[in-house]
Amino acid sequence: MSNDSSNQISIIIEVFLLRFALIDNKLVPEPLLVKSTPTKPITQHDVIPQPPQNPSYSFNHDLQDLLKGKQLLLDDIPNSIQEIQAHYENGYLLLRKGITFRKNKPKCERCGNEAPSWFAVFPCSRCRESCIYCRKCIMMGRVSSCTLLYSWIENEHIDAQPFESPLLSWTGTLSPGQQTASAQVVEAIQGNKEYLVWAVCGAGKTEVLFEGIHYALLQGKRVCIATPRTDVVLELTPRLQAVFPTIQVASLYGGSEDRHKNAQLTITTTHQLLRFYHAFDTMILDEVDAFPYSVEEALQHAVKQARKTTSSMIYLTATPNSQWQKECRLGKRDFVTIPARYHRHPLPVPHFVWCGNWHKSLKQDRLPRNVMQWLQERIESGKQALFFIPKIDLIPKILPILKQLHPNIEAVHAEDPQRKEKVQAMRSKELLILVTTTILERGVTFPNLDVAILGSEDRIFTESALVQIAGRVGRSVQFPSGDITFFHFGKTEAMIKARNQIIAMNKEALEKGLIDVE
Amino acid sequence: MLSEHCLFCHGEMGARVSWACFFEEAEESFLCPSCEAQLTEIQGETCQICCRPLEKLDPQYICGDLCYDCVRWEEDPEWKGHLQKNASLYLYNNFLKELISQYKFRGDYILAKAFSRKINEKLRRIEYDYIVPIPLSAERQFERGFNQSEALIREVGLSPAYLLQRTHSEKQSKKSRTERIHIPQVFELRAESEIKDKKILLIDDIYTTGSTLRHAAKILMQAGAKSVMSFTLARG
Ligand SMILES: [Zn+2]
Ligand SMILES: [Zn+2]
Ligand SMILES: [Zn+2]
Ligand SMILES: [Zn+2]
Repeated sequence: MSNDSSNQISIIIEVFLLRFALIDNKLVPEPLLVKSTPTKPITQHDVIPQPPQNPSYSFNHDLQDLLKGKQLLLDDIPNSIQEIQAHYENGYLLLRKGITFRKNKPKCERCGNEAPSWFAVFPCSRCRESCIYCRKCIMMGRVSSCTLLYSWIENEHIDAQPFESPLLSWTGTLSPGQQTASAQVVEAIQGNKEYLVWAVCGAGKTEVLFEGIHYALLQGKRVCIATPRTDVVLELTPRLQAVFPTIQVASLYGGSEDRHKNAQLTITTTHQLLRFYHAFDTMILDEVDAFPYSVEEALQHAVKQARKTTSSMIYLTATPNSQWQKECRLGKRDFVTIPARYHRHPLPVPHFVWCGNWHKSLKQDRLPRNVMQWLQERIESGKQALFFIPKIDLIPKILPILKQLHPNIEAVHAEDPQRKEKVQAMRSKELLILVTTTILERGVTFPNLDVAILGSEDRIFTESALVQIAGRVGRSVQFPSGDITFFHFGKTEAMIKARNQIIAMNKEALEKGLIDVE
Repeated sequence: MLSEHCLFCHGEMGARVSWACFFEEAEESFLCPSCEAQLTEIQGETCQICCRPLEKLDPQYICGDLCYDCVRWEEDPEWKGHLQKNASLYLYNNFLKELISQYKFRGDYILAKAFSRKINEKLRRIEYDYIVPIPLSAERQFERGFNQSEALIREVGLSPAYLLQRTHSEKQSKKSRTERIHIPQVFELRAESEIKDKKILLIDDIYTTGSTLRHAAKILMQAGAKSVMSFTLARG
């Protein structure tokens, strides 16, 4: 076929175009131009002029609520483009380019992505140019080179409204270890400092935040707790709402309703943090150790964008990475430890047991003898156990072997649709042993439990993962101890570091009188 | 160009890719083997008009080599004979549903490449004068920044012919976003003189009820087209 005639009829479809003209040092989008003026896509405007604020302009309060402390896309704003433009021209909106270029290399200003493999190009009908877009954060709406990020320009003086009466409604008591940490957190928030709380699994780190958050809220400050996991957001929201009953709490995760709520206390997944811009006076980042090293840079970007220029930053972790541990040792990072659990018993220390080439045993549909023996002992005594394995594809190999030992054994992994049901079956003691990938390394607790890892030498078991896994054991006051065994085919540095970390915490707790000698 | 990462799951493509570079006829691939394996090509007996697989269809909904839906369309004098034939590439399974939604609703344009090779293979077997994407409303086009059917055509290296457009009313920008969304959608012709005696191939991403394609076919046939066929990526 010939393309000649089809070219003649390839007329570009008329939509309202995102190209801008510069008029009186203000950007005006093409559809709002009164007379025809040459326009350029936003990438070709070197700077975005920022008109001064007109104090007598009667701005739209809904728009303020929507955009305060946020960085949203045009698509997220329900108002007409006339109204949006009027707010910009009167100095109430901050406009920033979604994609910036340094030495011709794109950077996504929303998520911080700079990796070339996470960008793609398309012929864009919004700006009529070839548009580069970020694939990394595309789930939150596409940011391309013609995209603007919209924020509200806040007048700080009117903003903060201090409270006088107490807002905290909590009657619990803090352990001595928690008390020390709590006082330090308050001080850090008062002084807008950066502070690390290094609390062992089961220390009760959430309670440590209450006083500090209370102080911030009384000052009329906006507080954010960010965590990598939706489960944690869901768990923390009702807890904090109960502690601060009169405060508006926003709960944000993928698919949540509270998205645009302009609350004093925001509990969010770190992913949703990308919608915020210069929003929080106090930022609390939970489970810093849960982030793989590769994600850390993106996370730092999100946190930095979401904090106000003057703000405090509290990190919570059970096991900081080695860089942070080093900074703590060298006095370069302010931190406090809570080395003991609330119930004053020491942390169970992992045993290392060599189990030979277990891959080879599996090929012959067997597990190493000492592993089988460990499992057999739990079955005989009826004590529940978690059995960690390094890879999801081992499940079809391992589960049938274990099922021959006992019927009440199941396996679970991240994409398992029955994940919740299986964890529940473990809670109700219908299951005796649950085989799991690292997804159960944190969060879930079962009262009376032993834990084993098969192949703890695998690189998925990092120091922090191993400390977390060991932290599953001995959580309740009734059953404060339990067995934790790392079956390995060659000790790794991560294993040794994890064990040393646990031993060091126990030693410190003993010295500080935070545990009772048995 | 061969990519190092799977366009969908972003997993590494592995050694397979670098090895493939040595062979000239190496197929370019944009999805990793495990994503690729989740796409199901339509095979076996299908309805001669709409390409619906007859295999899994209850026999009471089959009449000869047509599905019952098509029989009903063809019995109606208003619709009879407008859409000559539809061809579809993949079954619209859960995986493809996710892929297409990432592609068109999230606007992840580059995913069009994942289908190019297979689409090209299919289109080569169809004879046509114009290849016409099902147009989007101005609002949708703005929202997505591209027309997903047009992108499928462009990514196989063909030039789309814009014979159709959605009818639209007053100036879009005057309305708020909510207002903009609710506009009735009908097609109109935009290059009527070009259509007479031409074989038209319509392109859409998904064939579900067939109603969109039949509406487009009807107006083209009424303008004197010789025939209208269609091709879709997925058959729902
Ligand atoms: Zn991004
Ligand atoms: Zn663009
Ligand atoms: Zn893939
Ligand atoms: Zn049919």
